[in-house]
Amino acid sequence: MSEKKRLEKILQGNEACVEGAILAGVRFFAGYPITPASEIAEGMAQRLPALGGVFMQMEDEIASMAATIGASLAGAKAMTASSGPGICLKQENIGFAAICEVPCVIVNSQRGGPSTGLPTKPAQADVMQARWGTHGDHPMIVLSPSDVTEVLNITIKAINFSEKYRTPVMLMLDEVISHMREKVIIPPKEEIEIIDRKKPTVVKEDFLPYKADDDLVPPMANFGSGYRYHVTGLVHNEKGYPTSNNKEIDYLIRRLTNKVELNKKDIILEEKYLLDDARVAIVAYGSVARAAERTVKLAREKGIKVGLLKLITLWPFSDDTISQLASQVDLIVVPEMNLGQMVREVQRAAEGKCRVISYSRVDGELINPLEILAKIEEEGK
Amino acid sequence: MRKEICLSGSGGQGLILAGIILAEAAGIHDGFEVVQTQSYGPEARGGASRSEVVISDEKIDYPKIIKSDILLALTQKACYKYIENLKEDGILLVDSTDVTKIPPFKGRVYQHPITEDAIKVLGNQLVANIISLGILVQISEIVSKEALKQALQTRIPERIRDLNKKALEYGFQIGENLINIT
Repeated sequence: MSEKKRLEKILQGNEACVEGAILAGVRFFAGYPITPASEIAEGMAQRLPALGGVFMQMEDEIASMAATIGASLAGAKAMTASSGPGICLKQENIGFAAICEVPCVIVNSQRGGPSTGLPTKPAQADVMQARWGTHGDHPMIVLSPSDVTEVLNITIKAINFSEKYRTPVMLMLDEVISHMREKVIIPPKEEIEIIDRKKPTVVKEDFLPYKADDDLVPPMANFGSGYRYHVTGLVHNEKGYPTSNNKEIDYLIRRLTNKVELNKKDIILEEKYLLDDARVAIVAYGSVARAAERTVKLAREKGIKVGLLKLITLWPFSDDTISQLASQVDLIVVPEMNLGQMVREVQRAAEGKCRVISYSRVDGELINPLEILAKIEEEGK
Repeated sequence: MRKEICLSGSGGQGLILAGIILAEAAGIHDGFEVVQTQSYGPEARGGASRSEVVISDEKIDYPKIIKSDILLALTQKACYKYIENLKEDGILLVDSTDVTKIPPFKGRVYQHPITEDAIKVLGNQLVANIISLGILVQISEIVSKEALKQALQTRIPERIRDLNKKALEYGFQIGENLINIT
């Protein structure tokens, strides 16, 4: 068998997520089974013990999130995965991870909601929850791949971002992406960029657990390694103790958000397809971006100049790219498997410079290319 | 070249596994680009189930079926539902154990009591999916038979592999007979 053949596999999106996580160094997973995310837990349960890692099936999603945070504090790269109903339960602890600056990745394989909703059908209706599901001002990095190879690569990115910025990262899949099987070439280890959290460089006695460097990210000591520190969900000072000092409060809340917002250039991942001469732009993400790519080809066959902006990073949002795009095109169409969530962000960033319209589908089926084309043709009349 | 194959029936008939084996044959052993997706209900058995396979010689954008080139229907309900989305010059293969009424269709139609044969000839209803794959590949040549055999080898657990190999060979043979009849 040739070298290339050996590394080629037919993988499901969820299996590719497991491969990516393991390549990125994840060695702890806590979860609770739920369709359409279960195969991630299944894969982790098979793979982690052999690598000296730990898989824990917890009593519920709340405990899974808590265990993920605990493992990360102790030094492991940690991940959990769920779907809408489980992600709802995790919200309080996601806020805890954000304020305590605990690196971790939460996978949300989206299904129709609300509540138990549609267990086996895709949706994209959790993209606002991903940003604002837990209360209070907090940073959030949210990524959304659209094919199986991308699931593998973006899972690695998600782990890297969480380590680099010491923050929870949400990886948004959906039923289509999670269960879809495609040919994937597994990259060799030496070709993958791996980022590990910064470790303290001071002696143990001088360690201030929440004293940030110039990049606004504090170095992180493994809990229990002799660097003493206090971990609390209360707003805290550099020592990690609760504070009611207005200056310290203001500093922490702004720093948490700024460590992500000021690094947008590094975090925002997007792809442009045939946008150079476009008069109409489709802005899409996740599985719907695959339909949109086909729409672009079909439209161009008919002589309509359509291009695609695919968002891989949903949060922080691509304000600058959308603003430029709005100056160039006459119309932006945002197809989503929800009743119009990211379209509002696109409208905000477009600042009225062009028309922005939503195309929604919420019946549990993936949007198809012909529907988006019909919407563009209807609007063009 | 973009070919879209819809495998339909009810939950528990092994259509998703059949889709995976077909995808593995096309993608890994025949070297095409391939995407396999599925749609099913929350039930463990029963309820509508379909598996979709898209095979192409270039990168696949939209991963689902737009209009099928080939439709396998193991149930009457699935046949009624999915024939509407089958190309006029497409291929229809039905399991006549359950599918007794075929809606008007201009393309190629093949009928065989697949599930009945799985029970009577192979002694196990569960291999109807593999017999179907054998017939489908024999009549359509959508992937090579060799690729399908290799994919079966890797995707079927050892303890039931021999039975499934027999089912596949039986399917090839039925497919050959069906071609000769029409």
